[in-house]
Amino acid sequence: MSTAADNRATEARPILRVESLFASIAGQQVVEDVSFTVPATGITALLGRNGVGKTSTIKAIIGLIDRTGTVELDGERIEKEATFKIIRSGVGYVPEDREVFSKLTVAENLRLAERDAAPRRQLVEELFPDLLARAGQMAGTLSGGQQQMVSLARALLNTNKILLVDEPTKGLAPKIVGEVAETLAEAARTVPILLVEQNLQVVRQLAEGAVVLSGGRVVHTGRALDFLDDAGLIQRHLGVSTDPAAAGNPAMEPAGKPAMEPAGKPAAEPAEKGAAL
Amino acid sequence: MSTLVLLLFTGLGLGALYFLVAAGLSLIYGLMGVLNFAHGAFLTLGAFTGWEIARRTGSDNWGTFLLSLVIGAAAGAAFAAFTEFVLIRRLYQRHIEQVLVTVGLSLAAVALFDGIWGTDPVFIKGPAWFKDTTEILGARIPNDRFICIIAALLVLLALVFFLKKTRYGMIIRAGVENRSMVTALGIDVRKAFTLVFTIGGAAAGLGGVLASHYFGYVSPMLGGSLLIFAFIVTVIGGLGSLTGAAIAAVAVAVLQQFANFYLGGTGDFVVVLALALVLLFRPTGLLGRTS
Repeated sequence: MSTAADNRATEARPILRVESLFASIAGQQVVEDVSFTVPATGITALLGRNGVGKTSTIKAIIGLIDRTGTVELDGERIEKEATFKIIRSGVGYVPEDREVFSKLTVAENLRLAERDAAPRRQLVEELFPDLLARAGQMAGTLSGGQQQMVSLARALLNTNKILLVDEPTKGLAPKIVGEVAETLAEAARTVPILLVEQNLQVVRQLAEGAVVLSGGRVVHTGRALDFLDDAGLIQRHLGVSTDPAAAGNPAMEPAGKPAMEPAGKPAAEPAEKGAAL
Repeated sequence: MSTLVLLLFTGLGLGALYFLVAAGLSLIYGLMGVLNFAHGAFLTLGAFTGWEIARRTGSDNWGTFLLSLVIGAAAGAAFAAFTEFVLIRRLYQRHIEQVLVTVGLSLAAVALFDGIWGTDPVFIKGPAWFKDTTEILGARIPNDRFICIIAALLVLLALVFFLKKTRYGMIIRAGVENRSMVTALGIDVRKAFTLVFTIGGAAAGLGGVLASHYFGYVSPMLGGSLLIFAFIVTVIGGLGSLTGAAIAAVAVAVLQQFANFYLGGTGDFVVVLALALVLLFRPTGLLGRTS
């Protein structure tokens, strides 16, 4: 486990405090007694094997799934609030699988996300010039990388107290992964980020703190590099070998997701999706 | 030839009524996942309100007719908004309870209408032009069919404009696709719920006034009888698809008219058969989501 000094560094001025968080989907417990804090600066990685409850934890924080426990944003309790109020209080959410509105144009996707009186359109245009050129294109016809840019842009349009970013590099080409990582590093200069990420190289590049989940519970907190440099911890909590010869993957990226799937946990989460207009 | 044209226009007129009911049903299901069995009651209230306006102000002039359309639509909208705000809002995600409440409300509404206006049909007259016919390719088309078709086209255009060009329209289109993500952008989707119910109720109320002129009478069962076919239209068109509802409304009504004439009054059977075929071979409907 981490040292007290590490914890002090990680927990200084927390922007987000999660205490005894429990969450369930369709009656099945997916998050159990999770407690951690996210400091007011930098990127904190939320790590764990597939299906361990990382996405559910993020969704529980903003009330997208049923949950109990305490959630404090910048000292204010928010766990009783509706999702839209939590978001309005200063949370930017970048969901797993992007979840852009495929039948809306890029411009409409962005306009829909504008909630500030003066949304930061110029910043978004500078970060994602390609989106400006594709403003009239249906978001469903974009590539995965472009959809991820839309998803990130939606969160960056507003001034937030924290960004919750869920697997932003999932399924993207290596070049696009680098661009997404650069964007997150840029964003992290002005807003703290809680990042769910499977690509450990990206975590190493970006994250200062790490919270590790296993079996729906927090099993480790501390500095990200300390965790990533400890082959034993990685093997135990992520099921990934950092030995290139053994893993065949010197980049420390999980070799195969099915191998990381714990038994008895739902791999997928229900989505409220209807039909098309 | 004249028979074909007559059947086509009669079908188009009936399809216009189906669309006015199905448009609201489809949007309500698409956005909220609510199968609203009380939607026919909105139509019936609109029809009776329109009839009351016509009865009290004189039914044979255009001004009264237009006023009855406005008041009928307003009555349907108010009833729908009340239903969403008081009953449905507490039951989102509880689909069985939604069905029970909306079925119960539809039954209670019919009983209420029976109590107020009686169980017998009340007959209605419109402007004299409604009784006339217009000859097209040898067929003498009753003029009230044109009124229904024009009204439905205007409602379709207004809804498309609303959905494409306004922020709430954008919210509704996004909500139909992924409701939880809309809330995760900080949008209070409940306002959109109320708005969609209100718009659906207004279209149904308008449809009620037009249906009373199409059929020549109003009865407490008017909404229920049209609702069955509107549900079929909604499923065939694709739940949540406005364009699908418009196409399916025309297809179902025209098919029904032709089958009634050429296949010995089997229109209703043929429509149900078409529904079964769509459910078997294209369960998402003509323009519904494919995944």
